Amino acid sequence: MSKTLYDKIWENHLVHKQDDGTCLIYVDRHLVHEVTSPQAFEGLRLQKRKVRRPELTLAVPDHNVPTTDRSKGIDDEESRIQVETLRKNCKEFGVELFDVNDKRQGIVHIIGPEQGFTQPGTVIVCGDSHTATHGAFGSLAFGIGTSEVEHVLATQTLIQKKSKNLRINVNGDLPKGVTAKDVILKIIGTIGTAGGTGYVVEFAGDVIKNLSMEERMTVCNMTIEAGARAGLIAPDEKTFKYLEGKTMSPKGENWKKALEFWKTLYSDKDCKFDKEVNIEGKDIEPLVTWGTSPQDVSPITGVVPDPANEKNEDRKMAMERSLEYMGLKANTKISDIKIDKIFIGSCTNGRIEDLRLAADLLKGKKISSNVSAMVVPGSGLVKEQAEKEGLDKIFKDAGFEWREPGCSMCLGMNPDQLKPKERCASTSNRNFEGRQGRGGRTHLVSPGMAIAAAINGHLADVRKI
Amino acid sequence: MEKFKNLKSIPSYLSLQNIDTDMIIPKQFLKTIKRTGLGKSLFYEMRYDENGKVNEDFILNKEPYNKSRILLAGKNFGCGSSREHAPWALSDFGIKCVISSSFADIFYNNCFKNGILPIKIEEQTVVELSEYSKRKEEIEIDLEKQEIKYGNKVKKFEVDSFKKKCLIEGLDDIALSLEKALQIDNFEKIIKENSPWLLKND
Repeated sequence: MSKTLYDKIWENHLVHKQDDGTCLIYVDRHLVHEVTSPQAFEGLRLQKRKVRRPELTLAVPDHNVPTTDRSKGIDDEESRIQVETLRKNCKEFGVELFDVNDKRQGIVHIIGPEQGFTQPGTVIVCGDSHTATHGAFGSLAFGIGTSEVEHVLATQTLIQKKSKNLRINVNGDLPKGVTAKDVILKIIGTIGTAGGTGYVVEFAGDVIKNLSMEERMTVCNMTIEAGARAGLIAPDEKTFKYLEGKTMSPKGENWKKALEFWKTLYSDKDCKFDKEVNIEGKDIEPLVTWGTSPQDVSPITGVVPDPANEKNEDRKMAMERSLEYMGLKANTKISDIKIDKIFIGSCTNGRIEDLRLAADLLKGKKISSNVSAMVVPGSGLVKEQAEKEGLDKIFKDAGFEWREPGCSMCLGMNPDQLKPKERCASTSNRNFEGRQGRGGRTHLVSPGMAIAAAINGHLADVRKI
Repeated sequence: MEKFKNLKSIPSYLSLQNIDTDMIIPKQFLKTIKRTGLGKSLFYEMRYDENGKVNEDFILNKEPYNKSRILLAGKNFGCGSSREHAPWALSDFGIKCVISSSFADIFYNNCFKNGILPIKIEEQTVVELSEYSKRKEEIEIDLEKQEIKYGNKVKKFEVDSFKKKCLIEGLDDIALSLEKALQIDNFEKIIKENSPWLLKND
């Protein structure tokens, strides 16, 4: 019987299946950060349980870490305790940790691929919804809660039921100035934030095939914003090339064996998906969010939508609330929206290619006098590479701050937060109320669009730079 | 885990769609290393103003809703982050059942691990039940029979049989999975043979 890629990975990981369809699946790789793990380790201690396979778990502090000089430690007491707790737990249970001052430290979803910890055909979990990022390698990667983190630590398995199969084909080519971020925003705008609920998504089509590995990570990263359990892309030569020689990638004879297996990871030609969605690359423009849900997208050439035109009462109410929170009037031109802050970074767009693209557009220019702007590289290694290429200099010369790696203003658990009513063009993944700071207003954009906004002081079309 | 018992309560109603986990429990409360004590911060930015003063107009701050054990909500409740702090905060506040026409996947799973029953039911019923909230009348949840009782009506709901059993019996699913240690051992032997690159230290 022909199978989807998701079917294949699922069957490969089935440890046990109950009569009611509840399954126990094996977890190959487990990532841990400081926010969602302390209660899990505490649970193990209370029950006198051990970590079954500590070597399959990798830990890193990322959410709480300051992005300014951290040689003197963390000022905020609660943040410091959380990071110290992670350190203590890793030591006690024998889990590898990339600590704050390790140059390999970074956002958990950046370091996994960077180290080759992320591999095709595996099941990867983390107490973090953006775990979907790793699906770019053809792995089944999804976010879990803290109780499940504890379950994985104790058993190296998870209790799960199988999701349905959804394929999203992005066909043709992308117009100039349109990037992976616009592709995923378009997808979320099309199917909605609950459009993927109950499904695992496979992204396919020529646009996806032509994306680089890092761009594919941007697409998979935001699958959760469409409500899906996971998003994945069949591995190909690009995937294998990316992984070859990475620190934790298989070596020698194992590499050959792995490669042979990885080449079987695709959806069979005549397999059936429960649902398919088709999107044409040529129809995608540089996008911006105007509201407080990632599905609230508009082309940069558009206007803020008018709730008066919305027929569904609940939707209308939600739109009105969003516009009030965002301080926007219906029918305002998107490109007339003034911006105070620019944030480039996060597990969505904090990789070296994002920084290269942004720096290339910024070279020789200055940011507008009414904005303050920051770049937070996704990891210490991304930062090091960017500095080697002189990108930091381009950013700094233009007026950007160049920071230390971490989640930073994507969720503002560290001091990097928006003030009430401050408006930010952000390359992150969520524009929820209060996400980047209480009362803060977030417009999700691609790195190129963030640069366009930085130079102009208002949302602007990257194609006009 | 505490066993789930049948509930009778005046429900609170939040009609808003897409209530995300950042709304349920904002980031500043994720710095805790405990599971308890989050109830007072539930829906923080709606419940308190910028100066931390109680917003008397918010439903969960008003009698009798401040004692609600059942929450009715707009569709796609719990979307966003995987933070289990969301169900911890709900439970600590006293809410043991959330009823909506749809839930985000991770939140839905997290509820069951914390003795909270999420009930997915058609939107029309949520609206019908919201009248009971407005009229301050109790509704009843019977998990064993999978029924919501309100007025003289009874509405059946669906729930996964295994998850139901775990809630009713308050089962520790880690202990259940550890009973399958032999199967896990055997599975790892297969990995070692077929995909030796996956298991380190072997």
